[in-house]
Amino acid sequence: MELLYAILLGVLTACGVYLVLRARTFPVVVGLTLLSYAVNLFLFAAGRLHTGAPPVIGRAPAYTDPLPQALVLTAIVIGFALTAFALILSLRALGASGHDRVDDRKEKP
Amino acid sequence: MESGLTLWAIILLPFAGSLLPVAAGRYDRRWCAFAAGIPAALALTVLAPHVPDVLNGATLVYFHAWLAAPGLHLSLRLDGLGFIFVLLVAGIGLLVILYAHYYLSEKDPLGRFYAYLLWFMGSMLGVVLSENLLLLFFFWELTSLSSFLLIGYWTNLSDARKGARMALVVTGGGGLALLAGILLLGRMAGSFELSAVLAAGDQIRSHPLYPAALVLVLLGVFTKSAQFPFHFWLPHAMAAPTPVSAYLHSATMVKAGVFLLARLYPALSGTELWFYLVALTGLATLLIGAVTALFRHDLKGLLAYSTISHLGLITLLFGLNSRLAVVAGVFHILNHATFKASLFMAAGIIDHETGTRDMRRINGLWRFMPHTATLAMAAAAAMAGVPLFNGFLSKEMFFDEVLRQQMFGALSFLIPVAATVAAVFSVAYSLRFIHDVFFNGEPVNLPKYPPHEPPRYMKLPVEILAGICLLVGLLPGLTVAAPLAAAAGAALAGPLPAYSLALWHGPNLPFMMSVIALAGGVWLYVKRRRFFAWNARLPKPDARKIFESATQASVRLALRFTHFLENASLQTYLVWLLAAALAAAGFHLGRLPSLWGGLALSGVDEATVVGALILAAATIATLIWHRRRLTSLVMLSVVGLMVALTFARFSAPDLALTQLSVEMVTIILLMLSLFFLPRTTPAESSRRRRFRDGALALAAGLLMSGLSFAILTRPYETISGFFLQNSVPGGGGTNVVNVILVDFRGFDTLGEISVLAIAGLGVYAMVEGLKLRVPATDALGRPWAMDAHPFLLVNLSRVILPLALMVSAYIFLRGHNLPGGGFIAGLITAIALILQYVAAGEARTARRFRIDFRWLAGLGVLLAGLTGMGSLVFGYPFLTSAFGHFSVPLLGEIELASAMAFDLGVYLTVIGATLLILSNLGKLSTGRASERRF
Repeated sequence: MELLYAILLGVLTACGVYLVLRARTFPVVVGLTLLSYAVNLFLFAAGRLHTGAPPVIGRAPAYTDPLPQALVLTAIVIGFALTAFALILSLRALGASGHDRVDDRKEKP
Repeated sequence: MESGLTLWAIILLPFAGSLLPVAAGRYDRRWCAFAAGIPAALALTVLAPHVPDVLNGATLVYFHAWLAAPGLHLSLRLDGLGFIFVLLVAGIGLLVILYAHYYLSEKDPLGRFYAYLLWFMGSMLGVVLSENLLLLFFFWELTSLSSFLLIGYWTNLSDARKGARMALVVTGGGGLALLAGILLLGRMAGSFELSAVLAAGDQIRSHPLYPAALVLVLLGVFTKSAQFPFHFWLPHAMAAPTPVSAYLHSATMVKAGVFLLARLYPALSGTELWFYLVALTGLATLLIGAVTALFRHDLKGLLAYSTISHLGLITLLFGLNSRLAVVAGVFHILNHATFKASLFMAAGIIDHETGTRDMRRINGLWRFMPHTATLAMAAAAAMAGVPLFNGFLSKEMFFDEVLRQQMFGALSFLIPVAATVAAVFSVAYSLRFIHDVFFNGEPVNLPKYPPHEPPRYMKLPVEILAGICLLVGLLPGLTVAAPLAAAAGAALAGPLPAYSLALWHGPNLPFMMSVIALAGGVWLYVKRRRFFAWNARLPKPDARKIFESATQASVRLALRFTHFLENASLQTYLVWLLAAALAAAGFHLGRLPSLWGGLALSGVDEATVVGALILAAATIATLIWHRRRLTSLVMLSVVGLMVALTFARFSAPDLALTQLSVEMVTIILLMLSLFFLPRTTPAESSRRRRFRDGALALAAGLLMSGLSFAILTRPYETISGFFLQNSVPGGGGTNVVNVILVDFRGFDTLGEISVLAIAGLGVYAMVEGLKLRVPATDALGRPWAMDAHPFLLVNLSRVILPLALMVSAYIFLRGHNLPGGGFIAGLITAIALILQYVAAGEARTARRFRIDFRWLAGLGVLLAGLTGMGSLVFGYPFLTSAFGHFSVPLLGEIELASAMAFDLGVYLTVIGATLLILSNLGKLSTGRASERRF
């Protein structure tokens, strides 16, 4: 299971990084979203993988680590705010420059 | 303690007093000069009570501890050396203040000039009175800064600006080297206090870092004292008003360097390295300065190079490693200060009265200003080393000392020979200063004609200084003996060698050298035309051009480097950043003996594998179809859902719920932005670029996999046991994640909802004034649906709203004990409200709800914050929660904790921020963003 999880994180990260490096704003935002999934899952993994052990007292025979979960919960919401901010920035740039390139210049061949 | 206060008063009086002339300058020039004189005079008055002690050889050290860790203490020291420098700095400062009043024209702002001058005076006094070396360095750099202001006083002159900049770069740069040297010295001596450093001389000299420290300190000294090859800044600093030159280049600025030589003499001197570096640099400077001075046609240029030459002489004396030479060096510091200040002032008077400083035009002034001429002759005689003047005495001692040194074995005679040659030139340029200017025919085409004597009191400073030159020359025993002994004793930090200041020592070798110098100088001057012609044929490197081009070259280099790293491409920065992060993380990962940490891997079940495959496939599909943006977005939503399932699969129901609801708002958000953005991404990346990004992405993915695998298979210690144990008794809730959020780590959460609210407000602010083209059709050219708000959707959404609100209320209330809570409930409410916007349109919905989401978000943060404050009222730390259980019909037993009020704040903030973001973006699509907005 751990191996599978690690591979999935790698796939998410690789795709996220590749998209973040694109020249247009929208793929960058999509890439950021993928990266934030990867980071959230990575942080979550600091509490290790447990099956059927939610940290709710009295509901399970064992409890997984609740602290990474609390951290990730706020991270998810902040990630949304970040995505929103990146999007409005890209719209603002679109309004100002008329195009959606990340760099305000032609890419060198 | 009292002495400490008075010492600090000496330094601080000029700084504080610099406001006086500025204030007085608004009314009257005379008052302005008077006001500037007050702090200088006061500083001298404050010094007066200490004079007897200091002349008896006492050293006052005032220690006031300040910053122990770096060793910077506010400690001062007054000994003989500091004393004569205070006298020079404040005394000559006073004379310069008087002189400048007459020299500067009505147009020049006098108050500003005096303020700069007093700053400079205070900095200089700080240098000479510091006991702590770091403090000394601080004042040292202040002198560089304030001299920059003084040299560039005539800001409208390009030469003044360039000269000031050059002086600042050279002396300031040397100051940095000095700082490094001081840091090394402090490390060797174990303290930055001068007393400790001077006492640790043997320790310092035997330290392996001694050469480095010596070179660094000397760099500071040589740049400040204009020693070859750093001497070039001084002639260019002549663009300053002449009072500034008289002050900076006689008694103060350039003397700070040789002062430091004297100050650190006991700690640094006595080695061969010291001799070679200091003495040879001094010798070279002495010769170059003296020879160049003769060929300057500019009056101040001649004096500038003569200053360089005399500074070289003093440096040479300190470099000889002889105690007697130190006495001679200190003596010459005093003598040079008096005659050079008066000469600069005389040059200023001539410039002032004739309008030029060119000695080829100024001739025969004796007829017009005999009084000034007499004074100038006295000062020039002192500079040439004519008997009966003070310069003669120290020059005799100098000759005596160079004759004694034996460092070069059989070739040692070269140094006295070189010294005599320099003295010959010194006599020749002094003679030129007098003969060319006051005699030698008639003036040629003077801008101001006829010249006449300056105002009475403009000559007073020159008279005083020239008088001192003569007095010291005639009666050294009565005048200079006591302060000189005190100063030299302080510089040597030990017993004084035997010496005599008598005028006549018999016809010995030094006297013969003086005679040769005088005769040779006269001969050289008489035959000057031949030498001038020879000099005119020599190539003359223009120091300023070289300096400027060196400056520009270094600026270009810096720019090239900057542009290489900072090429205005965000993507390039990102590549650098990623590569750096990869390298750093990869380095540490690579040092692990094995990725696998030893924990047994848990088993895999079919459902999870299928889920993982879907997740991986959707992720890759997002990438592959990233050009078709809508398709990519759909794939992204699949990824988000699978991530939520992943959380659910691995015992994190709260995260699953949060991810699920965030996923919805994120996708709506992305779709909204796609309305404006192009629907496709053009294929424009080059193959090379795609390869680079692909390689980087692959590396990042591999690293992430490796890292997480390494973490997952290693045992760890967690602090969560505390949370699990105390969640129910301490926080009153069984859902530990929620209790952590609203109770244990409530302060973090408060910060996070603040960020969320700020992001919402940020989006609100960015939408302001944003105008985007609203496309009439979709990507395939189809017009948007005529019916923007379908009947069915509108009605269905109205039915859903109360249901969704009820669900969110339930989720909110149970959050403390079961998965749920403010974050999730807030998102659910937000989604329900957004549905209304989507169905009924922004305008109608906004009218219906009449909620200002800015206020809602702010209210939420406020509520959460106030709840935390509430516990302060009851005497508990911030955000301590209180709770009790209540039985509510239908819902069963619920717990009402203060944490719930906090969670309500979270709830409100999430709704407010989310809707601020979405409604504002949504409104853009209706093209009425500039209207009333919520």
